[in-house]
Amino acid sequence: MTPAPAGAVNGSQPEQPPAGSQAVLEIRDLSIVYRAGDAEVKAVDHVDLALAPGETVGLAGESGSGKSTLALGACRLLRPPAVITGGSVIYRGSRVAKEGVEILDQGSRELRKLRWREISIVFQSAMNALNPVLRVRDQLGDVLDAHLHLKRDEKRARLETLLDLVGIPRDRLRSYPHELSGGMRQRVMIAMALAVDPEVVIMDEPTTALDVVVQREILAQIVELQKRLHFAVLFITHDLSLLLEIADRIAVMYAGQLVEVGSAEQIHNRPAHPYTRGLLASFPSVHGTRRTLAGIPGTPPDLRSLPPGCPFVPRCRYAAEPCRSIDMRVRPVAGSGAGHLSACPFVVPEPAIGTPHPQMSTAAKTAPEESRS
Amino acid sequence: MSAPPTRTELLPAAAARGPLVLEGHALSKDFRLSRGPRGSVLSAVRDVSLGLYRSAVVALVGESGSGKSTVARMLAGQERPTGGQILLDGAEIRPWAHRAFRSYKGEVQMIFQDPFASLNPVHTVGYSLRRPVHLHQRAKGKDAVAAELRRLLERVRLTPAEQFLGKYPHELSGGQRQRVAIARALAARPRVLLADEPVSMLDVSIRLEVLDLIDELRSQFELAVLYVTHDIASARYFADDTLVMYAGEIVERGPSEDLTQQPAHPYTQLLVASSPDPDSLDRTLATPAPMGAVRRAGSALSTTVGCRFSPRCPFADDRCRTQSPPLLPINSQRAAACWRLDVAAPELLSETGEERSVPMTT
Repeated sequence: MTPAPAGAVNGSQPEQPPAGSQAVLEIRDLSIVYRAGDAEVKAVDHVDLALAPGETVGLAGESGSGKSTLALGACRLLRPPAVITGGSVIYRGSRVAKEGVEILDQGSRELRKLRWREISIVFQSAMNALNPVLRVRDQLGDVLDAHLHLKRDEKRARLETLLDLVGIPRDRLRSYPHELSGGMRQRVMIAMALAVDPEVVIMDEPTTALDVVVQREILAQIVELQKRLHFAVLFITHDLSLLLEIADRIAVMYAGQLVEVGSAEQIHNRPAHPYTRGLLASFPSVHGTRRTLAGIPGTPPDLRSLPPGCPFVPRCRYAAEPCRSIDMRVRPVAGSGAGHLSACPFVVPEPAIGTPHPQMSTAAKTAPEESRS
Repeated sequence: MSAPPTRTELLPAAAARGPLVLEGHALSKDFRLSRGPRGSVLSAVRDVSLGLYRSAVVALVGESGSGKSTVARMLAGQERPTGGQILLDGAEIRPWAHRAFRSYKGEVQMIFQDPFASLNPVHTVGYSLRRPVHLHQRAKGKDAVAAELRRLLERVRLTPAEQFLGKYPHELSGGQRQRVAIARALAARPRVLLADEPVSMLDVSIRLEVLDLIDELRSQFELAVLYVTHDIASARYFADDTLVMYAGEIVERGPSEDLTQQPAHPYTQLLVASSPDPDSLDRTLATPAPMGAVRRAGSALSTTVGCRFSPRCPFADDRCRTQSPPLLPINSQRAAACWRLDVAAPELLSETGEERSVPMTT
């Protein structure tokens, strides 16, 4: 079930999801499995997600939730044993046909044209993503050569502009990756991702390995660049507190399924899914008054043996019998604004952060611990 | 034996919980560099003093490369300090020396960041736990050992215990592995637990549980805990006192809540300002601009003069660049190593009326 376009013709209201036709990237009903022998593990299970031009969508989830698989699948970067079993991914950039391009139907030649140019990706570990035996100049240059026909001095000028853009001194063009700090390497990755003006940039935990001060600087830089260049960002991270600050909209995944989508404000003030609430009550903040932290009891799910119905049932304090046969499609949250969708129909939205539900904190103490075997 | 070192004049919040158990006094660690000018030395840790008190948690916060793990490793006896002393119950001890090491391990145990690497993948959970029980408890008889293993697993809430004893690390989740690592540390019945980033590799939703578990064990066994972390927000919630390290030195220390809510040192201010604020939804990403402007990693070469943070500090003046600031008390519980506190944190100084003349360490 794709949410019905909520009437608005333009994206002026931030809490509305981009109506289908405006989205620059639209993932519809995407399913991805990992095949191991006869067994199939559903890593992404019927997920819908859309990015409007210039928008930042945060994708939150724990390891194994399928958030990276979703993003890599949308770029066709997955290798066997991962198999896309259904759905569609449509890209509608200004440089492609108006009706958009179905990424899942593209051959490898077409994909090569789309990559970097239309959709680029910044990986978590820049040390592994950069080629250690190539200078920064040559790696960035490769991207330019593949997509633009530039004269030598034009190319050089462009390389220098790119480094300026991400705040690296120009003389670093001659450096090898190991000569750069972690933050600088990540900036080189970002420069590479922006090298040929893509309209969608996917960032897969781009700052997770960095210190909080450097992380802050890089995030501020991404936000600043986005204001100038108007690309859309799909920002993947396990850190929901970070997303609340930088994302327009946030999607939360659990066990391969989308459990909640909403604007940052909706997720913060009226989290609807118990998992989102648990996440919000899990991380300590250095800012503001001290809160009661609750956490989420139990362990992240084993995708090989998911319970029927809602996968969060074993850890959910609200779980009841109907949850075991629930249809996990997200639906509009009653009483919340447009664009706020949740897979859990049973819980009435209530503010979680700052005032965790009294029972929630006791649930964390008394629930059976990691007894899953 | 040398005379007992002069005690710090601060009264840490942790001291209210119990007596001093383990103390590092003026610890330093130099690493000789093979590259660079001949004989150049990296002082990874310089003049760090800290005390761990019974039933209390002290956090050591800093970025990667700040020397926080080296401090923990020195206290664990795994790294030999190039300067300073380690005192257990007030008596100097040289835990790296071969003979002292085992008995020291019975008192001071460590848990590591990566539970995937710290447990031997070819041995079962039972094997990993049985070893320290044999070595440190001298438990006699199969039944006594089995009962002890069971007790350990139940204490870290891995139940039913029988089910976990025969498992290999790869059969466990990250949180479960870290619990096994904690149980293994407890098997030696230590009085001090050194936890080096114990939750940073774990999923967000289970971090809190593991921290809660450590906290529960702290109060149950009256453990003195050192919590090494890069996450100052978790230090606020988890530790009585927090020490902030930068480029090998303690730049600020004090009760966690005071220190995080009213940071004195410019670096602590930067750390706090850089932490995500979930209540800020406007995408402004307030970055302390002047500090972000200059990015040069704090130099920890022994030849560095002046404050190691001065290249990044918006308040630095000539004195900062030439003289290293000592760690001076701000009040009875807090101290900071900064010449420019009158500019950096004027509100803190006005409370106490300029008493920052006595250096904390000798």
